[in-house]
Amino acid sequence: MSTVTSLVPRTRRNVELGLLLLAIGIVMLAYLNVGLAVQGTFPPDLLGYGLGFLVLGGGFHLVLRWRAPYADPLLLPIGTLLNGLGLVMIHRLDLAHQRTGGGMAFKQLTWSALGVIIAIAVIIALRDHRQLRRFTFIAMATSIGLLLLPLVPGLGRNINGNRIWIGLGPFSFQPGEIAKITLTVFFAGYLVQTRDVLSLVGKRFLGIAFPRPRDLGPILIAWLVSVLVLVFERDLGSSLLFFGLFVAMIYVATERRSWVAIGLTLFCFGAYAAYLMFGHLQQRVLLWLHPFSQQALQVSDQLVLGLMGMASGGLLGTGLGRGHPNFTYFAESDFIYPSMGEELGLFGLFALLMLYVLIVERGLRTALGVRDGFGKLLATGLSFSMALQVFVVVGGVTRVIPLTGLTLPFLSYGGSSLLANWALLALLLRISDQARRPVAETAVASSASSAATEVVKLP
Amino acid sequence: MNAPIRRLSFIVAALFASLLIATTWIQFVQAKDLQDRPNNRRTLLASYARERGAILVGGSPVARSVPSKDQLKWLRTYPSARLYSQVTGYYSFTYGAGGGLEGSEDSLLSGQSDKLFYRRIVDMVTGKVPSGASLELTIDPRAQKAADEALGDQRGAVVALDPSTGAILAMVSHPQYDPSPLASHDLKSVASAWQQVNNAPGNPAVNRTINGDLYPPGSTFKLVTAAAALSSGQYTEDSEIPGPATLKLPDTTNAKLPNDDRLPCGPGGTSTLLVALQRSCNTSFGGLGIKLGADALRAQAAKFGFGDQLSVPMRVTPSTVPEQMNRPQTAQAAIGQYDVRVTPLQMAMVSAAIANKGVVMRPYLVKDVRSADLDVIEETSPEQLSQAVSPDVAARLTRMMEAVVQNGTATAAQIPGVSVAGKTGTAEHGSAADGTPLPPHAWFTAFAPADNPRIAVAVVVEDGGRAGNEAFGGKVAAPIARQVIESVVNR
Repeated sequence: MSTVTSLVPRTRRNVELGLLLLAIGIVMLAYLNVGLAVQGTFPPDLLGYGLGFLVLGGGFHLVLRWRAPYADPLLLPIGTLLNGLGLVMIHRLDLAHQRTGGGMAFKQLTWSALGVIIAIAVIIALRDHRQLRRFTFIAMATSIGLLLLPLVPGLGRNINGNRIWIGLGPFSFQPGEIAKITLTVFFAGYLVQTRDVLSLVGKRFLGIAFPRPRDLGPILIAWLVSVLVLVFERDLGSSLLFFGLFVAMIYVATERRSWVAIGLTLFCFGAYAAYLMFGHLQQRVLLWLHPFSQQALQVSDQLVLGLMGMASGGLLGTGLGRGHPNFTYFAESDFIYPSMGEELGLFGLFALLMLYVLIVERGLRTALGVRDGFGKLLATGLSFSMALQVFVVVGGVTRVIPLTGLTLPFLSYGGSSLLANWALLALLLRISDQARRPVAETAVASSASSAATEVVKLP
Repeated sequence: MNAPIRRLSFIVAALFASLLIATTWIQFVQAKDLQDRPNNRRTLLASYARERGAILVGGSPVARSVPSKDQLKWLRTYPSARLYSQVTGYYSFTYGAGGGLEGSEDSLLSGQSDKLFYRRIVDMVTGKVPSGASLELTIDPRAQKAADEALGDQRGAVVALDPSTGAILAMVSHPQYDPSPLASHDLKSVASAWQQVNNAPGNPAVNRTINGDLYPPGSTFKLVTAAAALSSGQYTEDSEIPGPATLKLPDTTNAKLPNDDRLPCGPGGTSTLLVALQRSCNTSFGGLGIKLGADALRAQAAKFGFGDQLSVPMRVTPSTVPEQMNRPQTAQAAIGQYDVRVTPLQMAMVSAAIANKGVVMRPYLVKDVRSADLDVIEETSPEQLSQAVSPDVAARLTRMMEAVVQNGTATAAQIPGVSVAGKTGTAEHGSAADGTPLPPHAWFTAFAPADNPRIAVAVVVEDGGRAGNEAFGGKVAAPIARQVIESVVNR
């Protein structure tokens, strides 16, 4: 069973408020910096935006005081800081591209507000994360539905060669971002029910314990869906993300390394088969291994342009507003990391990566601290999916892995991504409130769902 | 479940560590390589955002950047247009930096050189926009102008050295071009100017003094042959050597090497070595070459700098004496024909070495490197390249070269009150398509004053220049050298 950790039951809400003000201050300074560097003027709307941020972030903070007083104090300030810095960079790119009429930054701002409101709604509506366990199979159906939505004729849209969007009038939306959360809920719910069966029942073959097919079924479905996504929607990033998430969660649930081996083997076969079958995958691998070759440059120079942008930033960066991130395609979405790298330098990128590390670390700490298996799995899944998404995006633009194209959480341009990540953050906050709450309040719940008793309590 | 969560956190740590490493790799380790990649628009724009260093001759700029009001903040200008085109080269947004110091010293001029590292740090801290370093050249503007005017509309090259240091005093290559249109910010006119320069007759983009197609040196190479003879210890300037009207080449049936005037060199077909040089007798030096042997000629040439990889800092094409030569070929090589090929700079180095008691100094064009506030960052100190001949042999060669100018083939180089030491050359170089021989290249190399040398010079005029088929070194090239020497010595 999970040990009761000795977390000091302090709410730390004032720490959160201080950090939140600091985050908003940094964002305002960055905005001022861009205004001075690009336009040479003091941005007239600086105080207005600052106030807006204060209302949104402060509102969220007050809701946390009210409904989740023990929630982790770092998550909200970090989310606000990343979201704000992303906005500043998108605004800066608006100026460089001379996009008028509000540009992309204004849309992103609208989505940010919406994201925070949804996060607040999650905190208020969801009083205990264990309520989500009831929706295990609904979550599965929702995930598959969301993932297949872009394939519906008339609804799905092809943007930049990827069919991962749906369009309704002027709005476009990437349902895969939401599916990331619902899928995590499904995995957590399903695995907490079947973890004992998966780890105890089954035949051993070659030293590895294989589970029974009926226990394996939903897992194979999940794997197939991720491959289907890869095949039909050309969404390499999401399929990688889902699969990695799934393998990690099954490993945590069963505590058996054989699952990791099985999962990775399946993935390798799938990826290699797909590589042989699909030209666009072969191109990605070529671009990854030899981005500067003539052959690769004929396909695309976006990776090369991003690398050159990062190089021109060097250690300290050119300064916000003083580089040329607009030379890179998708500078505000897939390539926002090189854009940041060009103007903030290696130091700036390290700081950004550290912010993500902090989110993930706080999430995993929450998983350790929370007392029910479902909460542990959910918190692990949510934070690991964040880590994996950052790895896939940043690894893609820095040539650690082939470029696949996903958004960088909170930073990249994209409404669906913002909504999903704010919702994810809200879930983590909700679980962390449970994890950090003094034991006395949750003593009954904790013993009821501890690992030792669950073997008896079969579904 | 806590144990696997803890283990998972190690995987997360590994994932992020790989991102940190990759980012460091790109922005710190690889950054310079990426920035130096061709077609990196950012690097180009960045280089136009800061002031590029000037190139100075005698304290006034021959290339400098002036503020510009368009997207590129600085415009490169070349105040003396064509006169220094081969020295400065060009700096173009479309075609990059090249053609001269702009290309070879780009990292200093642009301020990216490691030599400027500490200064860049200071600039960074003080918030100053960093600017490039300026180059002060060794060129003597009067010598440069004299060479340019004397060469006139003829194709060819003039290069002058300070024999005691190796500093280049003049470097002129004709035809010239104007680098200013290439530096324009109007990209269309840049493209047409580029076309013009590259399609112009005579290829003005080439610096003939250091890296043209290389020339046969003709009789100026007899200095090397004479140096080899004197250094062997078997000859003095007074040694009698045979010089028939025509030299029958050994190991051939009836190939002959004639003197230019078809007359024997001296009464009875013999003369002293001094007279042979004075009259530039082919048969005397051809015979001498055979006696000394190909190895001795090659070794002597190497001591003068043949085959050395030099940069001044523009790269200099090495001059060559063929590796394998039989005896008739050696005879021809001894008078600067066959496959002996030189740069004018190399022939100037031969004269300069003789003037400098046999010591060859490393030629250089940049006197010092200065920061934007004119502090000297780096100063070139003269460097000895080799000892080509002993001081005694150098003195003997000097006497012989003086005789050439006093009453030999180079009387056109005489300057009243100054003793000039020189050697002419007239180099045949193949035939036109219809079989008629091309007019010869006219050569002259010299130094002065003979007793206290201040300048060594080499002149080549392609295809006889204005004189055409009537050309020979003493008539066409010597007067040019005289004017360059006068510009330095008569002050």
